[in-house]
Amino acid sequence: MEYINKRPLKQKLRAYKRSPLSLALFLLVVAATMLTAGILLFLTGYIIVKGIPNITPELFHRQYNTLNVSLMPALINTVIMTLLSLVIAAPVGIFAAVYLVEYAKKGNRLVGAVRITAETLSGIPSIVYGLFGLLFFVTALGWGLSLLAGAFTLSIMILPLIMRTTEEALKAVPDAYREGSFGLGAGKLRTVFKIVLPAAVPGILAGVVLGIGRIVGETAALIYTAGTVAEIPRGKDFLFDSTRTLAVHMYALAGEGLYVNQAYATAVVLLIIVILINWFSGFAAKKLAKA
Amino acid sequence: MRKYKESIMKGLFFAAACVLILAVALICLFLFMNGIPAMAKIGIFDFLLGRTWKPNNFPPAYGIFPMILGSIYVTAGAAALGVPVGILTAVFMAEYCPESLYRLLKPAINLLAGVPSVVYGFFGLVMIVPLIRDTFGGAGSSMLAASVLLGIMILPTIISVSEAALRAVPQSYYEGGLALGASHERSVFFVLLPAAKSGIMAAVVLGIGRAIGETMAVIMVAGNQPRMPAGLLKGVRTLTANIVIEMGYAADLHREALIATAVVLFLFILLINLLLSIRKRRAG
Repeated sequence: MEYINKRPLKQKLRAYKRSPLSLALFLLVVAATMLTAGILLFLTGYIIVKGIPNITPELFHRQYNTLNVSLMPALINTVIMTLLSLVIAAPVGIFAAVYLVEYAKKGNRLVGAVRITAETLSGIPSIVYGLFGLLFFVTALGWGLSLLAGAFTLSIMILPLIMRTTEEALKAVPDAYREGSFGLGAGKLRTVFKIVLPAAVPGILAGVVLGIGRIVGETAALIYTAGTVAEIPRGKDFLFDSTRTLAVHMYALAGEGLYVNQAYATAVVLLIIVILINWFSGFAAKKLAKA
Repeated sequence: MRKYKESIMKGLFFAAACVLILAVALICLFLFMNGIPAMAKIGIFDFLLGRTWKPNNFPPAYGIFPMILGSIYVTAGAAALGVPVGILTAVFMAEYCPESLYRLLKPAINLLAGVPSVVYGFFGLVMIVPLIRDTFGGAGSSMLAASVLLGIMILPTIISVSEAALRAVPQSYYEGGLALGASHERSVFFVLLPAAKSGIMAAVVLGIGRAIGETMAVIMVAGNQPRMPAGLLKGVRTLTANIVIEMGYAADLHREALIATAVVLFLFILLINLLLSIRKRRAG
């Protein structure tokens, strides 16, 4: 492969002259890549250039009102929503993966069933999750449009993601670790918690970070479960207060058509969060590769 | 005591695995329980094939055929734009890209996958819609705008999955092609690509699934008129848009009809997943 790619230019040109089809294919490939890269640069560049000048200190005011559509409450709500969803989804997802990898015997019927359901769950569109959340958490359980209903809906949504990445991470832990632990007299449970899970932490973390990315960007699943109130939930029943996350906030701003500049600014903040998350997951993956 | 703890924790792990199955069961139960009666009340054919959606008329008309077509058209448009570009980019990433460029391009494409759909939608609203309005006339919010935007949104899925599929083909296939006198391009396109066919198909199917299920971005650029799709430059409403736009104020049968719309969408996705797993099983 290397040899082929390192042919001198002249030789390459001669080969292309002999075979116009190859040249055409080569040009197509390069054009497609340039289009992809161009779209990416243009999209991020456009939003950043238009958005940065609109980021004003007022946008980070504690209070949201019609005069100052502050994004601060939505930003704080996003953090609360993310934490709450992770608190629900991460243990379940990780424990489910532990069962599949460490406990289930080969040919266990349940393993197949869980895999199929996880695949199904990860294909379901977010609006269907939103509708389910509305029917089940909001209406049937009577939680109303609330932080809790939104968090539960989102946690079901990211459950398959966390489970599958954890599964991969657990499978990547060498069997010698487990055998060594058993050989030293540790039980199954102790082996799982003291040996296997710590070794799998970077992989699990990568999954959790991906999950955070999905939560931060989610809109359709939240509008009819957590609602759109732009206030930080507080007081004794704060779990049952309606909240809007940053993505929902941005949808509301763009939809109203009055606050386009603020929408640009919000887009930049969202984009920065996504870039940070991506950077962090890349960092975790690199750690994983080293381990 | 230790034995006790072991079995309790094992039970807990088991329960966690069951939560996933429970979740899918609950989702099916609640959607079908609320959606199927509405379909029966409206009449399954009137609902699926009815050409008018006028829930506020008297008598109301609940035909979602325009939205079904809208979803299919917009998705087909997105696939027509996104699939070729995505696969060709994947070919570049796997077979052409110099190491130094790859280190920039790969995170960039991952970033494209992580951008929230509202941000895409907003970009479509302020960039693609005016562009279409100025070049082709019309309102701008149209099937074309939605297709272009979705085509962009499915790019990262298609690129990453196809790239992985290409990389999974044994290097000897490529070398065999070269040894028979094929050029680099010919070996890649006529040996590697066919060998990676099943993985690339999976990429396309995943991309289509994402396009059908996309909601917020589509709402912001598609125009959302609930009528039979009338052309590339005319507005169109998808199944997902129908749910989000009207769920806020719908009541009674209207509300149930919207849930039934979600059932149809859900069945679409299940069908796509089924196709995918059948392909996978055949390949495996």
